[in-house]
Amino acid sequence: MIPAAFDYKRASSAAEAISLVSQYGSDAKFLAGGHSLLPLMKLRLAQPAMLIDIGRVKDLSYIKDAGDHIAIGALTRHMDVETSKVLHEHAPLLAHAAGHVGDSQVRHRGTIGGSIAHADPASDLPATTLALGATYIVQGPRGQREIAAAKFYKGFLESDLAADEMLIEIRVPKMQGAGWSFQKFNRRAQDWAIVGVAAWRRKGEAGVALVNMGSTPILATSVATAIAKGASINDAAAMASNEAEPQSDLNASIEYRKHLASVLVRRALEAATK
Amino acid sequence: MFGNDAELNMGGLKMKVSITVNGKTHDGDVEPRTLLVHYIREAVGLTGTNVGCDTSSCGACTIHMNGEAVKSCTILAVQADGASVTTIEGLAKDGVMHPMQTAFMENHGLQCGYCTPGMVMAAIGLLNENPKPTEEEVRLGLEGNLCRCTGYHNIVKSVLAAASAK
Repeated sequence: MIPAAFDYKRASSAAEAISLVSQYGSDAKFLAGGHSLLPLMKLRLAQPAMLIDIGRVKDLSYIKDAGDHIAIGALTRHMDVETSKVLHEHAPLLAHAAGHVGDSQVRHRGTIGGSIAHADPASDLPATTLALGATYIVQGPRGQREIAAAKFYKGFLESDLAADEMLIEIRVPKMQGAGWSFQKFNRRAQDWAIVGVAAWRRKGEAGVALVNMGSTPILATSVATAIAKGASINDAAAMASNEAEPQSDLNASIEYRKHLASVLVRRALEAATK
Repeated sequence: MFGNDAELNMGGLKMKVSITVNGKTHDGDVEPRTLLVHYIREAVGLTGTNVGCDTSSCGACTIHMNGEAVKSCTILAVQADGASVTTIEGLAKDGVMHPMQTAFMENHGLQCGYCTPGMVMAAIGLLNENPKPTEEEVRLGLEGNLCRCTGYHNIVKSVLAAASAK
């Protein structure tokens, strides 16, 4: 399978990438690691006329301790998130979840920013950063702006990013010793989650987000609120699907997904409570 | 068509790329949509790297790019411009097989052989990152490679043998 023909430009800086995308408009797509976009292009589900390769943009691959949060450059590869000492110390849930993306070959190429900008509800890192209350920094022709993860995802493969904006950094609040768990249920090791859960818990606080339980990654606010009000794990987990609108597909019916979500949320909260 | 004047002729605006494959630099003109695996197979003429699922699931097309295992069906040749690539053909030195190839041969780590080049490249990449893996780590580390003969036991045995031979 070969993608439909397209033109290709390589950007060496974020500013150059944004200038190029402003020039070509909505016919253009950014190419980072290519492990979300190229499979869609090979299936001809995406046919951009112009690819702007940002894979060689310098200075967008980093993981830095920035005081109350960890700043992660958008071009940081899954492998580097998975193995980061800084993240293992301050946001272990994210490092762990990154190790569940695809397989090792995919993790050598795919980037955290690419995965988030692609906004696939079945991807692991959009939901994980959502659970952690991350903020995304995007750059456009008129400068930078911050978008809370909770306001970023607008629909299936749709985000708040304008056509001429580029995701440049992900800011993840430090977990400060919170218990956490990432639950991914699939049939084969490398598959997308049929349902996934990213959760953390600290004293009277909790954050829970769901993978593949709707057209966007889902923040399970009912569960978090119930935990904060002192509900039992079982009672909180029963509310797992309150905010979700799962679809039926070859892998699972809607009812099965909802059942799975409550089971996985319960397991995640139990693990996060230890 | 083959060798240093590597060219893929699919029509359309072409771009120049220079990719080092198994130590030898190949300059070619490619359409941007040319996949790295097709560049390796059709322009460079090295057909040891197989195309299996063509959807970055099966791992048959696994090669090393700048020292890391990657799936060449999901990388554009233009993305690999300037990169150093190793394929299954680049492993043997002076007619002597790579220890991983020897381990696959001695442990019957292949049946039909279709997944083998990708499996061997992924296994070498695994040991580069984790020289002494447990059996479980080998199974997990090779999650991106499928064997339709389901010959996983001997594949895992081969990788463990190669690791202990080091």
